[in-house]
Amino acid sequence: MLKDEDRIFKNLYNDLGADLNSSKKRGDWTNTKELCEKGRDWIIDEIKKSELRGRGGAGFPTGLKWSFAPKEVGSRPHYLVINADESEPGTCKDRDILRFEPHKLLEGCLIAAYAVNSHKCYIYLRGEYYNEGIELQKAIDEAYKDNLIGKNASGTGWDLDIYIHYGAGAYICGEETALLESIEGNKGQPRLKPPFPALVGLYGCPTIVNNVETVSVVPTILRKGSKWFASLGKPKNTGTKIFCISGNVNKPCNVEEEMGIPLKDLIETHAGGVVGGWENLQAVIPGGSSMPLLNKEISEKITMDFDSLVENKSGLGTAGIVVINKDQDIIKCFARIARFYKHESCGQCTPCREGSGWMWRILERMAKGEASREEVEMLFDVTKQIEGHTICAFGEGSAWPVQGLLRNFKKEIIKRNNFDPLIKSNKDIPYLVDQHLLEKDNAQNKS
Amino acid sequence: MSLKKISKDQPDKFEFNQQSLEAANKILSNYPMGKEKSAVMALLYIAQRQNNNWIPLSAIKYIAKFLNMPYIKVYEVATFYSMYNLSPVGNFHVQICTTTPCMIRGAYKIVDVCKKKISEKENVLSENGNCSWTEVECLGACINAPMMQINNDYYEDLDIRQSEKIIDEVVLGKKPKPGSYRGRINSEPENNRKTLLDLKNA
Repeated sequence: MLKDEDRIFKNLYNDLGADLNSSKKRGDWTNTKELCEKGRDWIIDEIKKSELRGRGGAGFPTGLKWSFAPKEVGSRPHYLVINADESEPGTCKDRDILRFEPHKLLEGCLIAAYAVNSHKCYIYLRGEYYNEGIELQKAIDEAYKDNLIGKNASGTGWDLDIYIHYGAGAYICGEETALLESIEGNKGQPRLKPPFPALVGLYGCPTIVNNVETVSVVPTILRKGSKWFASLGKPKNTGTKIFCISGNVNKPCNVEEEMGIPLKDLIETHAGGVVGGWENLQAVIPGGSSMPLLNKEISEKITMDFDSLVENKSGLGTAGIVVINKDQDIIKCFARIARFYKHESCGQCTPCREGSGWMWRILERMAKGEASREEVEMLFDVTKQIEGHTICAFGEGSAWPVQGLLRNFKKEIIKRNNFDPLIKSNKDIPYLVDQHLLEKDNAQNKS
Repeated sequence: MSLKKISKDQPDKFEFNQQSLEAANKILSNYPMGKEKSAVMALLYIAQRQNNNWIPLSAIKYIAKFLNMPYIKVYEVATFYSMYNLSPVGNFHVQICTTTPCMIRGAYKIVDVCKKKISEKENVLSENGNCSWTEVECLGACINAPMMQINNDYYEDLDIRQSEKIIDEVVLGKKPKPGSYRGRINSEPENNRKTLLDLKNA
């Protein structure tokens, strides 16, 4: 287990208070000026050396991302945007940072803004986090009052203004280009990439978009050194990470742990074990609902880091772990996830807009045992039609969980839905009957 | 993309009151010159707050004029995002998270409570017009599942009895106490804490 002094978020459970004075006691804002005085290149280099990877889901190296920002400010100003639109089912880490460690985030904003030459920072907060927004605004006001941000922020000679922009309940706005569209006052529909936001982002200006957790760990990395951070975890998967363990566990919780910790340790030690014991485990979603599930055998020995999860055809994503035990109907669980994606698709690309609805309807039928044997293959085909055919990664995000289900629980689905196409058995089914099934059935009757 | 029902009863006129106007002008100053359009989301919120939790079409028109934007652009935004209510929801808008992490911990039991106590169907006002309920997607408090949001506050770690109590109060027009209903501190593992222990005692 990670030692307490190596934990970055010491106030994760709000034992110590989130205000400026308590935060300063924990070491925030102590030598921000000195850190900035070492220069942009030093900051970016340290972050590169620490091998910090973005905590928002994709795991892109943060130092590299920062180095994409133009070195000199041209005619267009630079922007820093913080993605606090946390809405991935199973994930609630950013909420605790916003509530209890807002000054880590703000200090991180100053350092990041300095490193990418930006004078303005927008924090895109999901609309439902209204109370968290109030806490954050309180912290921003305190920081302004103490001259930590604003004109000549913390004595660095750098001006920085931080604003909160509230979202309004759209999951897709967690995608960086959709988020920028949303700040510009449009519908949150993702843009085509390239051009990447680092060159053409908010208002057409160079923009760096980072997750809350990524930015919040930056000051501590610079203070304790990149070597310290890189010594934790595994190579290329360094540092600590907040894991959210929810679902059928005895003690659901957020906990900061080292990357590469075995999943079983997290569940058994921190979350008090699976409800009904480890033997009662059915499946685990390791990184928010977009990541394919892990079956019990893999969950037994997997370690939680980007690369080992990719090897096992899943991903770390946001590290929102959802534990599903054998009391749950796994097909129903995934039908509900498919409904989530159907609801949240922005409607821009046809494969995703239509396909997410198809997957939901087929899975609902499968949960009730009303689908035919052939539809199992058809469902897989639908996921393949969505994946890779959309502007943003939402297509993958909606298709992967269904693929994971089919990979691991195909037998179960077929057992429940083991009959010939619907029309033959003359069942009264309230959904739309697929026309091609009708035709096939007619053909069979004739013969 | 969410399906929106636009209310048939629409007021003829909408205007920001003094308080809203001040808030709106403060928001406008957050964005660069010429990019006032960015404030549209915040302004819709302000209108929603002023007009008892819902946005009439006249408010959309008003905001379009206020920001010098085409009406359809504001309408687009108001219908795209799920948190803008385009028909009345009552003083208390109960939103129950039913996405998988909450579902497997019994969110649909809370939905049943709401069906019994508020209205048979979602998005329908209760008999006294005080509140309505709706199923929503993940609210980002999966650790504290099952949970619901009433107006701006989160109600966490619920069970049937607790949610019945909360809904009873809401129907009567009282605001229940927000937070965890199992006496749990934020997102810590209850009685199973293995980390940050010495800090707790410090």
